[in-house]
Amino acid sequence: MMMVPPRTHVSYELKDDVAVIRLNDPTSKVNTLSVQMQAELTEVMGEVWSNGAVKSAVFISTKPGCFIAGADINMIQACKSSEEVTSLSREGQKMFEKIEKSPIPIVAAINGSCLGGGLEFAIACQYRVATKSRKTILGTPEVMLGLLPGAGGTQRLPKMVGLPGAFDMMLTGRNIRADKAKKMGLVHQLVDPLGPGLKPAEERTIEYLEEVAVGVAKGIANKKVSLTKEKGFMQKLQDTVMGLGPVRKQIYKTVSDKVQKQTKGLYPAPVKIIESIQAGVEQGGEAGYVAEATNFGKLAMTSESRALIGLYQGQVICKKNHYGTPEKEVKKLAILGAGLMGAGIAQVSVDKGLTTILKDTAVDGISRGEQQVYKGLNDKVKKKALTSFARDTILSNLSAQLDYSSFKSADMVIEAVFEDINIKHKVLKEVEAVIPPHCIFASNTSALPIKDIAAASKRPEKVIGMHYFSPVDKMQLLEIITTDKTSKDTTASAVSVGLKQGKIIIVVGDGPGFYTTRCLAPMLAEAVRVLQEGVGPKRLDALTTSFGFPVGAATLADEVGIDVAAHVAEDLGKAFGSRFGGGNVDVLKTMVEKGFKGRKSGKGCYIYGKGKKDKSVNPDAEEILKKYKLAAHPAISTDSDIQYRLVSRFVNEAVLCLQENILRNPVEGDIGAVFGLGFPPCLGGPFRFVDSFGAERLVGIMKRFEDIYGNQFTPCQLLLDHAKNPSKKFHK
Amino acid sequence: MVMPWALEMTLARPNVKNIVLVEGVRTPFLLSGTTYSDLMPHDLARAALQGLLHRTAIPKDVVDYIIYGTVIQEVKTSNVAREAALGAGFSDKIPSHTVTMACISSNQAMTSAVGLIAAGQCDAVVAGGVEFMSDVPIRHSRKMRKTMLSLNKAKTLGQRLSLLGSIRLAHLSPELPAVAEFSTSETMGHSADRLAAAFGVSRVEQDEFALRSHSLAKKAQDAGLLQDVISFKVPGRDIVSQDNGIRPSSMEQMAKLKPAFIKPHGTVTAANSSFLTDGASAVLIMSEEKALAMGYKPKAYLRDFVYVSQDPKDQLLLGPTYGTPKVLERAGLTMSDIDVFEFHEAFAGQIMANLKAMDSDWFAQTYMGRKSKVGTPPMDKFNLWGGSLSLGHPFGATGCRLVTTVAHRLQKEGGQYGLVAACAAGGQVSDTHPGGVFWLIVLLKNK
Repeated sequence: MMMVPPRTHVSYELKDDVAVIRLNDPTSKVNTLSVQMQAELTEVMGEVWSNGAVKSAVFISTKPGCFIAGADINMIQACKSSEEVTSLSREGQKMFEKIEKSPIPIVAAINGSCLGGGLEFAIACQYRVATKSRKTILGTPEVMLGLLPGAGGTQRLPKMVGLPGAFDMMLTGRNIRADKAKKMGLVHQLVDPLGPGLKPAEERTIEYLEEVAVGVAKGIANKKVSLTKEKGFMQKLQDTVMGLGPVRKQIYKTVSDKVQKQTKGLYPAPVKIIESIQAGVEQGGEAGYVAEATNFGKLAMTSESRALIGLYQGQVICKKNHYGTPEKEVKKLAILGAGLMGAGIAQVSVDKGLTTILKDTAVDGISRGEQQVYKGLNDKVKKKALTSFARDTILSNLSAQLDYSSFKSADMVIEAVFEDINIKHKVLKEVEAVIPPHCIFASNTSALPIKDIAAASKRPEKVIGMHYFSPVDKMQLLEIITTDKTSKDTTASAVSVGLKQGKIIIVVGDGPGFYTTRCLAPMLAEAVRVLQEGVGPKRLDALTTSFGFPVGAATLADEVGIDVAAHVAEDLGKAFGSRFGGGNVDVLKTMVEKGFKGRKSGKGCYIYGKGKKDKSVNPDAEEILKKYKLAAHPAISTDSDIQYRLVSRFVNEAVLCLQENILRNPVEGDIGAVFGLGFPPCLGGPFRFVDSFGAERLVGIMKRFEDIYGNQFTPCQLLLDHAKNPSKKFHK
Repeated sequence: MVMPWALEMTLARPNVKNIVLVEGVRTPFLLSGTTYSDLMPHDLARAALQGLLHRTAIPKDVVDYIIYGTVIQEVKTSNVAREAALGAGFSDKIPSHTVTMACISSNQAMTSAVGLIAAGQCDAVVAGGVEFMSDVPIRHSRKMRKTMLSLNKAKTLGQRLSLLGSIRLAHLSPELPAVAEFSTSETMGHSADRLAAAFGVSRVEQDEFALRSHSLAKKAQDAGLLQDVISFKVPGRDIVSQDNGIRPSSMEQMAKLKPAFIKPHGTVTAANSSFLTDGASAVLIMSEEKALAMGYKPKAYLRDFVYVSQDPKDQLLLGPTYGTPKVLERAGLTMSDIDVFEFHEAFAGQIMANLKAMDSDWFAQTYMGRKSKVGTPPMDKFNLWGGSLSLGHPFGATGCRLVTTVAHRLQKEGGQYGLVAACAAGGQVSDTHPGGVFWLIVLLKNK
């Protein structure tokens, strides 16, 4: 007799004539469509379908906050060829087709994340009930991993939410909340999350969801609940319009053009998504399914997909605290300096329930800072992401003040004052006179070495760097800098605060420019040289964005601030010598003298109008560039050469940071570069870029530049090691 | 001389004044939009005050203070206590003010009265409550109001014309009183439905409780037990002398109704919720000394009270569960000592949820920091003359009805201790202040 292994992921029970099928992967925090899950599902469905007493079924997850979070990425990564992935996709399609054509109605009861394969599963069912919990999100995030919904999603979604809605969902990968999903027609019915009762709230909510779903399932089975919804006038109109071939053709074209414009052809997934949808709508189901599976297989083997998956996995790693639980949780945070950064840090802190003091030296300063925090939250109210009442409650966590009162109960102080070592020392001493012994002093500096700042401290083990990126509420990265003296508990505390603020965190060693600023500086130096050689800001921007940077180099300099760039270039130039040379720092300095400090002053490389996109090249800046004009070397001045001159310096510096142990590992290097500096996501970060581009090839290109410009292009030892031995990779 | 055991019996405390309920009355509670529909709130309040004057024959200048509770304020009579008192013929030397605290507004009026007497400020205070849902203030939109206010300040014809010209269709859409909690944007019925679901209260349980309320109310009405109701000659209409919302139905009839708030799977319906009601109530509260000196036979001691409040989102309607053990502890009593319970019935589901919460060790341990459950009141002592579900629920007036009913039931049933509990936060119509109020009343034994 053969022993049947007990089922661990899927169980079911009969409630009258309804089979309630419960999903729960005991080995993970989330449910995924893993091999095990799929096998058990198939088995259970077989039993349910063969049981004549069962008239309907309900799928529900018993895992809090998660229905099914998606397919199992490892399963796709384990595949060696696109054919293998295509056949995985075909299997998925077949499984969901069976569910779609089920002889008994199946209701998906959704609480928590219902993403990717999970959503494809749900939309194969005949009916969907979802909780209105904040954790309930539906979406097709595959595009963000360089993939497409490969289990029928590209075929079912257009029928369900219409062509425009389906394009929007699949091309942006955006998360959709339950109430929006209901409006779009993605779910049929909503259930309110419950508060405390006779059981923990979420447990009871899931139970309630099940009760409602079972009721609906019975209703469908005995024809009391109809599956076809009466279409409204607008829906009928849209259907009619979409029924016209030329209209659809125009939509495909518009969407393709938009995709081409936004991706610059660097991301293959959106193109394949459009192709797959088009195949299904125009040539019918079977062609559509084949196109979807084939394209899915092709995409899985692209370097872009690997890069994006790498970033996703890296981001998961960088959202964990690897330094343990801090001895004392930070509950009260004080921020010095209510400027753009200080107020930004305050906004992401009060938001998460931290009691926050925002201190500045002038009334104007705190007034502006408080307004920034208010505006940040109120914008969310306008978008209905927050109620005005919640906004007010959140703001009650903020206290804006001019003195050091109540700093005696602060657990952490983050300074965001002007980047001048003397001012930093002054505030450090003032703060240390009033804070309790356990309080941590963090510096939000972008370039000053933390050990220099800590030199003025009585307790250097409590001093750490927390480098935020502007605008703080939008940029996800936080670079934490530790010195030799920083204690592990201080690090743990800083990471824990950063995580609470919703940041992706890299922890790096101390040194001029740490990691991110240090990588950016040589690239900006090169950008200045390129400008001096007569490449205008617009062309420079076009060259960088077409390489995959979301923001062009000239625009980036304006955003960062020309004064900041000049400051950094000078400081790091002193620290690293001629290797950080290239463009003439005086170009930046002259611009600053003339008041061209970038976007914040209205003029930089560009002149900024009122509108967001309203900008033109600043002729006065061009004048300055002419004054410092350099002759371009024809041998290394093609478009591609310029791109590699910029990128190779960035990448080489990143690898050097790893070599010098500023970076602990390539993962954090990639995450820092992409999330903090906008390194092309399709390349996955400097380290993944070296792996996929080939170290040898990169070294070859750099040598050509080195011949002309010297040590600025000398590959570092670690890069040379990788070039010599192609089996050496930063990422396994 | 007072014997120590007598003190114990009446829960009197040394050096604390004995405060008594002398009398309590109310107008009949009517479905809004019926016989009262052409009145204004102060008309109803005045009727209650006149009824109280008539019942007690108290001289119109003996009262030291008048307090009224109300929820939806008529802007023309925002201090409705004063308007009603003057109209009822009370001396214009008696100060009066109006309080608001959602469904427990008149409870707040009564406890304020108790406070004034305990503090030695007053000896006789009239407290009451009024609600008038047949007419509610509907405002112009904020845009329109802004334009109209600017129009007041405009100096030239040109300025006025340009302001008038700025009026768009959107300006004209009116602003109804908020139908939801301000803080959570959730309507009361919606909250009650979620609460019922959280405690697993079924539709049948709710319908049964609502049916019980209507049947008991009908019985009490027929037996003439609702002595607090006064007759009221409505101008231009007939004399009204009975509540008109009491309608015992059948379980089958009730089962036919569709859910009113959460569709399609909710359990709260029009039949198991309290309805929009017009009505007013009034009570006379005095120090025992003064009452006796004036020759009154007080109905009950008002002995202690507790206000509690919770999270407005998920525990909005759970006040009674939190308040009951607190007030019992303060008085040194247990659940079994209480002879008469009057709980405010906003929704059958809310009452049932509270009863389940009180019966749950897990809830008591997890949310209340108690070792064991609060315990539930026995149903044979609970709301025996009907409740808000059947008698009606004029938000601001219900508190006084509950207190007067306890006093009357104690007399009728011969009990010793009575207990009132009510949860607050607007009804179907607006209000803030989530919280529950809680009261303890001790009977004064007839001499």
